[in-house]
Amino acid sequence: MSESSQPASTLFEKVWQRHVVREETAATPAILYIDLQLLHEVTSPQAFDELKRRGLKVRRPECCLATIDHSTPTTPPDSQGVRHYNTPEAKAQVDLLQVNCAAQGIPLHGWDSPNRGIVHVMGPELGATQPGMTIVCGDSHTATHGAFGALAFGIGTTEVGHVLATQCLLQSKPETLGIRIDGELQPGVTAKDVILHVIGAIGVDGGTGSVIEYHGSTVRAMSMESRMTLCNMSIECGARAGMVAPDETTFAYLEGRLMSPQGEKWAAAVADWKTLVSDPGAHYDRLVRIDASRIEPNVTWGTNPGMVMAVDDAIPSTDSPANREALEYMQLEAGARLAGEKVDVVFIGSCTNSRMTDLREAAALMKNRRVAAGTRVLVVPGSEATRREAEAEGLDRIFLQAGAEWREPGCSMCLAMNGDSANPGDLVVSTSNRNFKGRQGRGVRTVLASPLTAAASAVTGRVTNPRELMETGT
Amino acid sequence: MSQTGVLDSRTFNLPVDNIDTDQIIPGQFLTTTERDGLGQFCFYSWRFDENGSERASHALKAFNPGRQSVLVAGSNFGCGSSREHAPWALLDFGFKAVISSRFADIFRSNALKNGLLPVKVSEEVAAFLHAHPDHSVQIDIGNNLLTVEGHGKVEFPLDPFSAYCLTRGIDQLEFLLKNESDISRFENRRGA
Repeated sequence: MSESSQPASTLFEKVWQRHVVREETAATPAILYIDLQLLHEVTSPQAFDELKRRGLKVRRPECCLATIDHSTPTTPPDSQGVRHYNTPEAKAQVDLLQVNCAAQGIPLHGWDSPNRGIVHVMGPELGATQPGMTIVCGDSHTATHGAFGALAFGIGTTEVGHVLATQCLLQSKPETLGIRIDGELQPGVTAKDVILHVIGAIGVDGGTGSVIEYHGSTVRAMSMESRMTLCNMSIECGARAGMVAPDETTFAYLEGRLMSPQGEKWAAAVADWKTLVSDPGAHYDRLVRIDASRIEPNVTWGTNPGMVMAVDDAIPSTDSPANREALEYMQLEAGARLAGEKVDVVFIGSCTNSRMTDLREAAALMKNRRVAAGTRVLVVPGSEATRREAEAEGLDRIFLQAGAEWREPGCSMCLAMNGDSANPGDLVVSTSNRNFKGRQGRGVRTVLASPLTAAASAVTGRVTNPRELMETGT
Repeated sequence: MSQTGVLDSRTFNLPVDNIDTDQIIPGQFLTTTERDGLGQFCFYSWRFDENGSERASHALKAFNPGRQSVLVAGSNFGCGSSREHAPWALLDFGFKAVISSRFADIFRSNALKNGLLPVKVSEEVAAFLHAHPDHSVQIDIGNNLLTVEGHGKVEFPLDPFSAYCLTRGIDQLEFLLKNESDISRFENRRGA
């Protein structure tokens, strides 16, 4: 037992407890206060309608932050300055968010903002995402923000309305799953490979009902961008959220950002954030250990993110209805290798992998090389800020000279609802987060991979282990 | 769901594990700003081919909306995207409840907010129902009881608050709004 009178708490419990407006009872869930609600055009219109129907106003517009990312074109405006949406409905949805935000006084980073971006890229870049916060969004990849030690999770549109109207949610306390990742990553292995490996290890429903806390030496050594990739895909094993305790890496990332605490408030904030760690001996409902030194570049071979393997492995020959159906859709055979399969499209982007480190890794591999004939490559930066930084470093020219397309920021081909989609039957190596059937277009076969594996596959036109093209010096 | 909180129905089987919300309603239909009329897009890619023509044979073809309002699906139903369009589409398509051995968290929460009842059962009960298509079941929300004809009664987990809201048609937002003074007190305490 610790000498303190307080029982040992996990990071999750500390953040949860700070936000309890009313404790859970036998008859009612807890009322949990939400510090920040992120909004985008797809999952908010019906919530604003509901408020209107009831004659309610947004309780704390300054605790909301909106952007447009899902339905937006990633092609530049034409010579008349007109943006060409995929459908009139897509434009109407974006226009409606602008109207709703203006009516309720919610800050919106729209077309005219230099900070517009994918909601989970923009929030951290602005410094809106901070340790110890509760953050929600009508988007399952909200777990991304847990990289900062925030409790961040995706909600449905009805709950978006609850938060708009009351700044609160009704919540039952989830369980905790500790995932300890230790060891040094091999060359060519990234946070994306780590999280794909984790999902493969615990399964696509291995985190259901839980909040994951990632810890261990591998996580400590990761940049903020890598930690965001790690937390981003927590939902792909069913978890509500993923969290990493804040440390010097976190504070260095946040210092000086537009919405970060400034002046005297900065030191006070950091002092507080330093307490947001799990106490020694804190209890987790479950614990999983991962040896990171053994992780290889990973790719998915099936139709959910748990159907994953090392890129050079043979496709598992376990016979089950699910595997048979997945392989039939993927037009692949059990026991065969995926490496070497012809690649039609490469997509580098999404809230999982569209940040500077992702783009730098892909560009380093594609520099002075050409995209293979017959392969189309889309590179879509996560935000306007990332785009500017990448262009200042000349990354756009590396991609363009290689024969890739350099697009404007947005969710793009991750879910293909803006018109950026592949053709039926295409094999797409994608740095996004879901390889569900039809996710990137009807009949499209998605292989999830890291930016390095995607870039290597772009150059060879085949599913390729990035190590084959890297000068590792080892 | 009726005011009595009891639903008598036949089941419709989709014995597939990990049905994600992209399957329930594909992303291309999410540009809507309404919540009504989404049943036409429910399991769209399963029902229609690339040209929008109905497939000659598909699992949903046998679905009888008046008779079968309980969907029996494989494990981990509703995984993936948080889109509430998924329960909206299922309800509009004709389902009032879904039986599965496991539900994804966000789907479960979204379903309960819309009166679509997620009924979690053991693998054994799920296997029985998968083996007996178009089976007669009764779901009693007030007592958390699922009666499977020829198999008996089983309890299913449903928190009392959700059961209360579902059977009385009470709205969770109204409940939150009634706690306004607690919320204000919390905000004042932290100096927000």
